[in-house]
Amino acid sequence: MSSFWSWYIIILTVGSIIASVWLMSSNSKGSPGEVDTTGHKWDGDLQEYNNPLPRWWLYLFYVTVVFSVAYLILYPGLGSFAGTSKWSQVDQYNAQMSEAEAKYADFYARFRDMEIQAIAGDQAAMRAAGNIFGNNCAQCHGSDGRGAVGFPNLTDDNWQWGGSEDAILATLRNGRNGIMPAQAAVLGSDEAVEEVVAYVRSMSGLEAPADKAKAGQQRFAMVCAACHGPDGKGNPMLGAPNLTDDTWLYGSSPGDIRYTIANGRANQMPAQLDYLGEDRLRLMAAYVMSLSETAGD
Amino acid sequence: MERASTYNDRVVRQFTIMTVVWGVVGMLVGVIIAAQLVWPALNFDVSWLSYGRLRPLHTNAVIFAFGGSALFATSYYVVQRTCHVRLFADGLAAFTFWGWQVVIVLAAITLPLGLTQGKEYAELIWPIDLLIAAVWVAYAVVFFGTVALRKVSHIYVANWFYGAFILTIAVLHIVNSLALPTGLLHSYPAYSGVVDAMVQWWYGHNAVGFFLTAGFLGMMYYFVPKQAGRPVYSYRLSVVHFWALISIYMWAGPHHLHYTTLPDWAQSLGMVFSLILLAPSWGGMINGIMTLSGAWHKLRTDPILKFLIVSLSFYGMSTFEGPMMSIKTVNALSHYTDWTIGHVHSGALGWVAMISIGCIYALLPKVFNRESMYSIKLIDVHFWVSTIGVVLYIAAMWMAGVMQGLMWRAVNDDGTLTYTFIESLNATYPFYGVRLLGGTLFLVGMLVMVYNVWMTIRGSKPAEQTVIQPA
Repeated sequence: MSSFWSWYIIILTVGSIIASVWLMSSNSKGSPGEVDTTGHKWDGDLQEYNNPLPRWWLYLFYVTVVFSVAYLILYPGLGSFAGTSKWSQVDQYNAQMSEAEAKYADFYARFRDMEIQAIAGDQAAMRAAGNIFGNNCAQCHGSDGRGAVGFPNLTDDNWQWGGSEDAILATLRNGRNGIMPAQAAVLGSDEAVEEVVAYVRSMSGLEAPADKAKAGQQRFAMVCAACHGPDGKGNPMLGAPNLTDDTWLYGSSPGDIRYTIANGRANQMPAQLDYLGEDRLRLMAAYVMSLSETAGD
Repeated sequence: MERASTYNDRVVRQFTIMTVVWGVVGMLVGVIIAAQLVWPALNFDVSWLSYGRLRPLHTNAVIFAFGGSALFATSYYVVQRTCHVRLFADGLAAFTFWGWQVVIVLAAITLPLGLTQGKEYAELIWPIDLLIAAVWVAYAVVFFGTVALRKVSHIYVANWFYGAFILTIAVLHIVNSLALPTGLLHSYPAYSGVVDAMVQWWYGHNAVGFFLTAGFLGMMYYFVPKQAGRPVYSYRLSVVHFWALISIYMWAGPHHLHYTTLPDWAQSLGMVFSLILLAPSWGGMINGIMTLSGAWHKLRTDPILKFLIVSLSFYGMSTFEGPMMSIKTVNALSHYTDWTIGHVHSGALGWVAMISIGCIYALLPKVFNRESMYSIKLIDVHFWVSTIGVVLYIAAMWMAGVMQGLMWRAVNDDGTLTYTFIESLNATYPFYGVRLLGGTLFLVGMLVMVYNVWMTIRGSKPAEQTVIQPA
């Protein structure tokens, strides 16, 4: 803040406080019992007494002014004057965060050299991880981890990006960007999209017109197999889902699949390292694996 | 009889009726969204009925349609009586009525459609903002024109408050709504980032200070002494608290942005001026309640006075609560919780709505050429139903808010949060039920009022009233 604006703020603030105190004190005279009306009359019978200002009210005002002046000496308020206490909300935040880190670091450090499997068996660790999940993960994956449309179910044995310890840690640490590109233009016609829809449904045993599915198979081999594999079993390295099982992130109805193929899907798992730190991250990996029925498989 | 020698009560009657109508509509929408919080399925998966769109409709309807109409009605009534002159420019006055109704109807169409500027209490899109500005300038011309023509030298205190309210709202509305239109329905605000936030809450808090406080204090300063049949307690107090109130309120906005990216110095100034504001705010309550001293017995028989006095009590309570909540330590607990909603409603229902209702009951028979309201008993019923409603509402929200604040900050031994957000929501659920009950009672009271008003004005032939000569 330039010194001009600093002084602008100081003069306006102090001036306002002085002016309001002057307003009060200069009108505070007059003894109780002086109750004549002002002599004016409106609308037939409207009049005004001129009682003095109630003392307790005046003192209440002065108390708030004294408190405020003291506050503005101690805390930032008067332009760029930082206040004698040198307080700032950023400093307070940092102090509280490092205090918390110092207080709780030991608890999480205990698990630093422990196997993920072993952490999953530690009650205290899982209690903490459950609370972290409830406040950081449940918004998307659900309180019970069962996910929702667009948000993977963490309790099944299906892992879009791989279910190994390392893969899950990587997902938590750095996040994931799952991109299904829009294929309407590539496939060229609604008819072509319909055929691929039919084939994709047929792969996982869903009802689909056989002739269309057969036509779709060829298109699949040219356009889709690069990521989903020639057999449609997907590729965890790319996050390309297995299309032959009964797990559908965006729904399995012909309409849902049509939308996915034609318009694509963009999905993001946000990186958690900056929020949680490496120690808590390991607890979360253990927790997520324990959610899955086949953890460690 | 010459026109100039009579009051223009036509526009007063129009605004009075619409006050009651919009009161019912605004509170009904409030009850609907309160019910949606209890039973979310009540939006029927229709986007127009979703909470996010009906909530601004509720706030706009109760503040600007109900409260605004009450302010127009009473200010036009009061300024003529206390200036001893007919309203300046009948045509412009009629424009303010029809213009304001068009604004309200446009709001009721655009907000459910999801057309919004995204600024709280200033959601309406820019073409409607322009109409508001035009109506408001016309309002200022009518009001100050009437004051200029007055037949008495002293301007009655109610008119200072109405005048400050009209002038300031014009400034607030125009500055906060400055935007660059990109089409008929969309615009970008002239400000960005934290400056935009600060301008918005400078507007937002002064909308509370000048629309919902100064304007309604104007109402209070006419109808309380009239209804009590006693002189205002202290002229001096009214002068002092008027100037203190309007000069200090301007500073309080930043307390809506505690612990945000707003610079520390601005947050501190918002807090200390909110505290200094406590006494000036209470000046109005003291003057109103002390005006009644010596006439307390009238409370037994006059439910209109009950409305006025209880509204002043709620005013005193919320203007104490406000400064307390602006203290950063308290705000760290209360902010973003339902405590804020409770605070707002102790002001909006307890103060604004109850004083408006009292004043409408006092004013309506006079402009519709009746001795009194159809049923005094029903006014009493309305009083008790709405008082119980307000108390249930704000008590539920206080408890819910403090509970949420405590749950959100609770920390376990391992440094994790004790409760998830959804757990705090679950714990709030019963309080949402009580809030719905309280709001419903308040709405029921309004329906009682509708019946009473209808029976009063049915078949009435309003007569022109002669301007009283100054004493």
